[in-house]
Amino acid sequence: MHLPSGFFLDHAWLIPLIPAVSFWLILGFGKRFGARAAYCGIAALSAVWVLAVGAVIQWIHRVNVADDGKGGTVSALGAFGRSLARAEEGKSAAVAPVIHATTWFQNAGVKLTVGTQIDGLAVMMLFVVATIALLVHIYSFEYMRGDRRFTHYYAALSLFSASMLFLVVASNTLQLLVGWELVGLCSFMLIGHWWEEKPNSDAALKAFLTTRTGDIGLLCGVIMTFFVVQRATGTGSFDILAVNNAALSGKVGHTLLLMCAVGLMFGIIGKSGQFPLHTWLPDAMAGPTPVSALIHAATMVVAGVYLGARVYPIFWQGFQIGNSHVNFMAVIGGITVIIGAGLAFVQDDIKKVLAYSTISQLGYMVMGLGVGAWTAAIFHLFTHAFFKANLFLGAGSVSHSGSHHSFDMKKDMGGLRKYMPQTFWTFVIGTGALAGIFPLAGFWSKDEILATAGHGNYKAFLIVGLVGAFMTAAYMTRCIYLTFFGEYRGGHSGEHAHGDVAHGVDDAHVHGVDDAHAVPGFGSHDDGHGAHEPHESPPLITVPLWILTFLSITAGWLQFEPGLHLTKFRDWFQPRVAFPLPGLFSANHVATIPDVKFSAGLATISVAIALAGVGLAYLFYWKRAYGQDAAAHNALLGAGKKFLVNKYYLDALYTDGVIAAVKGPIANAAYWVNQYVIDNVLRTTGRVATVVARFVYRYIDQRGVDGIYNGTAVVTGESGGLLRKLQNGRLQEYALFILIGVAAVALALAIRF
Amino acid sequence: MALNQFLLLAAFLFAVGAYGVITRRHTVLVLASVELMLTAVNLNLVAFGAFNNDPVGQVFALFVLTIAAAEVGVGLAIVLLIYRNLRSSDPDDVDVLKG
Repeated sequence: MHLPSGFFLDHAWLIPLIPAVSFWLILGFGKRFGARAAYCGIAALSAVWVLAVGAVIQWIHRVNVADDGKGGTVSALGAFGRSLARAEEGKSAAVAPVIHATTWFQNAGVKLTVGTQIDGLAVMMLFVVATIALLVHIYSFEYMRGDRRFTHYYAALSLFSASMLFLVVASNTLQLLVGWELVGLCSFMLIGHWWEEKPNSDAALKAFLTTRTGDIGLLCGVIMTFFVVQRATGTGSFDILAVNNAALSGKVGHTLLLMCAVGLMFGIIGKSGQFPLHTWLPDAMAGPTPVSALIHAATMVVAGVYLGARVYPIFWQGFQIGNSHVNFMAVIGGITVIIGAGLAFVQDDIKKVLAYSTISQLGYMVMGLGVGAWTAAIFHLFTHAFFKANLFLGAGSVSHSGSHHSFDMKKDMGGLRKYMPQTFWTFVIGTGALAGIFPLAGFWSKDEILATAGHGNYKAFLIVGLVGAFMTAAYMTRCIYLTFFGEYRGGHSGEHAHGDVAHGVDDAHVHGVDDAHAVPGFGSHDDGHGAHEPHESPPLITVPLWILTFLSITAGWLQFEPGLHLTKFRDWFQPRVAFPLPGLFSANHVATIPDVKFSAGLATISVAIALAGVGLAYLFYWKRAYGQDAAAHNALLGAGKKFLVNKYYLDALYTDGVIAAVKGPIANAAYWVNQYVIDNVLRTTGRVATVVARFVYRYIDQRGVDGIYNGTAVVTGESGGLLRKLQNGRLQEYALFILIGVAAVALALAIRF
Repeated sequence: MALNQFLLLAAFLFAVGAYGVITRRHTVLVLASVELMLTAVNLNLVAFGAFNNDPVGQVFALFVLTIAAAEVGVGLAIVLLIYRNLRSSDPDDVDVLKG
């Protein structure tokens, strides 16, 4: 059957190209653009958004036609959102991805391609990345107004979007790796945007180096994907479809798949902030807040989860997810859920609360992949992107207009509910979605992960998930209490909090604002930064917030199972080829991915647990049911708090354990080896080389080579001297020679005949 | 009349011409000797043409005569110029290209 493709699916290469062009434009004409650099970025992202939505619609059309079983008779728009009979009939029609690739280079049978592979996962990610990036671009116009490197900021933002989109459409793992590294580079540039402050540039370096640590494993894993395909088909390839088919073909040894999966998993651990390499993510809050929203919702950290979903069969087979009780991926995810949520309790910085919350939620996603809940994990990625972007931009709004560019909840916030009602309500709805309250977005995706974990062999991870849900609800309630309730604690009689050196990271934003008038195009810089009273943010900030709030409410309804029987997310976006589905690879003894139905009982339990978390936090903070400061009076609580405040001593372990070891003994040993071993080897080599060279010069070069040339010249000269005697200028002798020559020729002819 | 008689006469004429070309000390006589060699060749051509009933031999002889006349014209002009420059007509004095 012919499946319809379409312009947007066939021309997906345009999607990363447009923001990349915008990047070069802003970089090249930044000085002349001034504030208009923002228009360039926003225009590029708007175009990308249109292309992404077009791709989503055409993909859904393709899926619908495949399920109908007849050729493209339905118009693209008419097909959008049509309900399907697929799930009930049990058998799903295969929908091949739209792949366009061109040869990059070719050498001795190894052919590397570059191209686009567009399937459900890719179009879903395109939509998420395009939407969030567009909103962040718009939001930043107000938030970054007057920054001294405004154009540089927009250039980096454009490149960031371009890199992530490039990663999403990549048709092979090597190309994916390129996008992956570009994303890392851009996050380095943006986290260190205010690099004049030492903590900011340190945070940027930490983010870069920590993710690079994981990338070592990733690189090994990507290289191994090539050999996985070679083992299965005889010809190596990096193409994602080929890799996935090879992993499920049953022809590849388990050891190779396991090593490949572990390698790729290290990449995910680094990029997606999983335990134990999560420590860079909270420090990355040093960057501007819209960037944090972008990093945490749509780009950078979800790249790891995306990789896990993209080459899922490698993990599925490598970790034996289908038929084991526990595996590396699920354990890492589970640990991350708990430690991230624990750390979020003791943060005073609102952005750090959200950062640890992201770590915890990424843990949910990785755990979801680890327990076989592919659809649920990706669904959670989808919903989380919207409500987490909503929360981050809300925190930015609070800092921008409410707390004089501080992010410290205890010192500079409190009681902001009255001053910023719009920010307050969007933040509360985002929190509800994050905590998994029915019927907001987070409820549906989190519940699906829990349902799958409880359905299969992974009951232990169901408990982990429920504990995580409880903690999430509690720390987010604390965060709302500290920010929006109580008395306003900020506004030290009009003095901007920027002067307070102790804040370091939090206040970095301000130093850009101080230079407002140095930036061309910002003649009318007057948005009330000097005002002493907190106030609501302007529409450029609140409108993106409301859009994200709308998505935070509705994004989950794609899987509205109770009553409505909607499973749109799975129908549209779950791969139908090269995926462990029933009937596809049954001959190869591949376990199939579980198809779990919505469970009302489990959903009730999880909502009840979340509400319990909210309630407990309410008692703790509003009612002071446990005294003013429980941690100060209770030794156990105090010790626990100290442990958390010190981030489980992981940073200390890395700095004092790993880095000090590298700096001290290992560096000394390296120095010794350098001085005594390598230098001696080099010196000896040099001496031997001198002796050999002298010999070569004297005997081979001077006598051999030069002898040949000089000899040739001498012989030529001597013979020339002999022959010149013939050239005596006597005409008659020449005539004689001619005569003799002719006579000789005549004689020769006469003898011959 | 036998063909050999003509050929022997031609050979004799050619040999006399060649000897003259090589030994004469006067450039004009060298040119005259060259004419003698050409005459020998013409004699051969005519003789072969007559004995083979082929007019081509005579045609060739006429061509050679024409070209010989032109050659002598050019040759005498060169000799005249050499004499003007060197005040000598001995070919041995013209040895500027001596090796």
